Amino acid sequence: MIVEIGHYALVLALIVALVQSTLPFWGARTNDLGLMRIADTTAAVQCGFLALSFAALTYAYVVSDFSVLNVIANSHSDKPMLFKVTGVWGNHEGSMLLWVLILAIFGAGIAFFGGNLPNTLKANVLSVQAWVTVAFLLFIILTSNPFERVLVPPAEGDDLNPILQDIGLAVHPPLLYLGYVGLSISFSFAIAALIEGRLDAAWARWVRPWTLAAWVFLTLGISMGSYWAYYELGWGGWWFWDPVENASFMPWLAATALLHSAIVMEKREALKVWTVLLAIIAFSLSLLGTFLVRSGVLTSVHAFATDPERGLFILVILMVFIGGAFALFAFRASELRQGGIFAPVSREGALVVNNLLLSVATATVLLGTLYPLLLEAITGDKISVGPPFFNMTFGPLMIPLLIALPFGPLLAWKRGDLMTALHRVWWAAAISVVVLGCTLALFGITAWIKAICLGVAVWVMLGAIAEPLARVRAFSSPIRDTIRRLSNLPRSAWGTTIAHFGVGVMLLGIVAVSAFEVEEITTVQPGETRDVAGYSFTFEGLRPNIGPNYSEVVATFTVRQGGQVLTIMEPSRRIYPARNFPTTEAAFYTVDMFSQIYISQGDPTGDGGTVVRFYHKPLVTLIWIGTLIMSAGGVLSLMDRRLRVGAPKRARNAKPVRAAAGMEPAE
Amino acid sequence: MTRKGQRFLLISVALAVLTVATGLVLFAMRDSIAFFSSPTDLYSEPVRESQRIRLGGLVAEGTVVRGVGDTVTFGVTDTNATINVSYTGILPDLFREGQGVVTEGYMTPSGEFQADTVLARHDENYMPAEVAESLRAQGVWQGEGSEGTQHPPANPPALTEY
Repeated sequence: MIVEIGHYALVLALIVALVQSTLPFWGARTNDLGLMRIADTTAAVQCGFLALSFAALTYAYVVSDFSVLNVIANSHSDKPMLFKVTGVWGNHEGSMLLWVLILAIFGAGIAFFGGNLPNTLKANVLSVQAWVTVAFLLFIILTSNPFERVLVPPAEGDDLNPILQDIGLAVHPPLLYLGYVGLSISFSFAIAALIEGRLDAAWARWVRPWTLAAWVFLTLGISMGSYWAYYELGWGGWWFWDPVENASFMPWLAATALLHSAIVMEKREALKVWTVLLAIIAFSLSLLGTFLVRSGVLTSVHAFATDPERGLFILVILMVFIGGAFALFAFRASELRQGGIFAPVSREGALVVNNLLLSVATATVLLGTLYPLLLEAITGDKISVGPPFFNMTFGPLMIPLLIALPFGPLLAWKRGDLMTALHRVWWAAAISVVVLGCTLALFGITAWIKAICLGVAVWVMLGAIAEPLARVRAFSSPIRDTIRRLSNLPRSAWGTTIAHFGVGVMLLGIVAVSAFEVEEITTVQPGETRDVAGYSFTFEGLRPNIGPNYSEVVATFTVRQGGQVLTIMEPSRRIYPARNFPTTEAAFYTVDMFSQIYISQGDPTGDGGTVVRFYHKPLVTLIWIGTLIMSAGGVLSLMDRRLRVGAPKRARNAKPVRAAAGMEPAE
Repeated sequence: MTRKGQRFLLISVALAVLTVATGLVLFAMRDSIAFFSSPTDLYSEPVRESQRIRLGGLVAEGTVVRGVGDTVTFGVTDTNATINVSYTGILPDLFREGQGVVTEGYMTPSGEFQADTVLARHDENYMPAEVAESLRAQGVWQGEGSEGTQHPPANPPALTEY
């Protein structure tokens, strides 16, 4: 019964979305306030129905209702409760339902927080948002119904793919979807602005916090996915330039560019047309990502369902939305007025460089991801584009961007002075050059790539700090003045500094692990010891073990450093009998604060020994710590009073300080 | 600076960046792209030694030999032709004789394939799409994945890299 209610709620949500996609839009055209106001109600109702629907599916999973096809295919009564719940979105149908639910939550968010938006803009935005919802609800109901029943329920389910039975599934997809779908808000704003033909700084002030929020979620989602792959798959890698990873990375790059161009638009009313275009591109790339993953045109770790009919459906959605958006853009862009003029060396100029390099980098990733598909469709040749391609194209484009990064916040709007900026960061530049020189001296001239990357990482980290230090005149004025000035810096300035610093930290992790990782694959017999990167690993033997829904062979290693026992590490190989599915569970141990040793167990040799893979991964955790710092910067910036939606208006009317404190939790 | 000057500068910088990017892409395309081949293809059309190849087929029965250290050799076959593959490293969990496999690497002058990557299905019911298609072309494979009997597999098809 509850399952039927869920299905019914899904259909009701579609009907409500249809209403929302037409009436408020019509109201905005005819200036009928009553029709426009309908959107607020429908957005809330639609969100409620979808939440009900999602709850019903979750219920079916929790009680292991094996009369539902989706539950049979992805669950098992022995599965731990956490994975029963996360299993709801660990499959195609459920994850699409989550996608639409998040879309509706964002829509309700606009309806709720958008009180001071112009009426027509708000109605148009919510209508555009509803068009997307209608398309995806139709997709779910017609091709991917999660509530489908079977006539004869089996006694037991097929279990969830063991790789997905991990806490990573609880956080990675929801965060990623919050990011993907969050970009739909920027898209809806862009389309609504194009329809109205009106675009001003207030528009940018509205779009920026939503983009920033989506960006924070996307950053966390991608980063958690990367960490999950690192510890769960047992390959020891953290990024593979896999097409599905690229599918999430491209919207991230576009969102990063959008975030920066929206600043120019808000502050200086320049780059209007470009910002709107980026908003369209960012969400188009999210849709493309959804298409690539959900259609099964790519074979990848992530593609957990393939069906040509679904692929075709999403392709149509993709073409209608992207094609329509670009057509509207082409039609209207010329009507948007030009913004202010600026000198090449200025804050605007630096942000243009940022946008240029990020967009071109996005284009190379897009090319590398789609080229094999296009080539196969046209010539029939099958090729694969692997990490070397992306390292050779994406890497060199990032270097100038990262070198330019610390200068951006140091340059003034309109007309900046490069010499003044250099004067403020010379110490950071000097330290980076010393790091570069030391690396060359230690590892020889052939290590020039490592040296440059390491130098750039240090430069980005120190350069990010240089800006607030220069601003508060650290070291040149009394310490009390410095502290006072520091505490007076706006939160968005802190956000910039912290996010940029995070980029440097992440980069340091990436460079360290790529350049100085030690890997050894070897066969060990019980009692044997291997030395890797200054650690000695003694193999104690294999033992069997039984888990809740798997059985495993555990290898025990005693790890010593300088004769002292550090820890015992136990990598294992599991078999999940429900699917006769083997997985490798790697073992980790964090050393020197940020580095890790990593053991992955291979095939047993049959006489008590086993093949094993040892890694020493220097500073590897900095990769994820860096992305967390970046996200923290984004959150801090989001809390800035000036960025808060509608704040300028309210703050002027109310007592400034009080109003600010009171509004904080809302955004 | 005039609006015209600003636009001119912007366009020239954009063109410069695009030119560099195009150069990088073309350069990277030269050596870092792998072509998919079946064992029959490799016999009939010899390839350059520097050409990266993705070789797919079935692991031939009774050919898996664990050599010195961690080097493994095995035959990859499409039943028509078999290519010997040598690989150092840990094999995927689902690497088995008679099952589909995709390897990536280079041909050596001796006619042996030196693989640096071995991908196997990460699922019992799954056959890598490229392999299924090339085997279908040889008339060997009629199982799941052939046209007409499309049935959405209950389990996730996935390739895992080791």
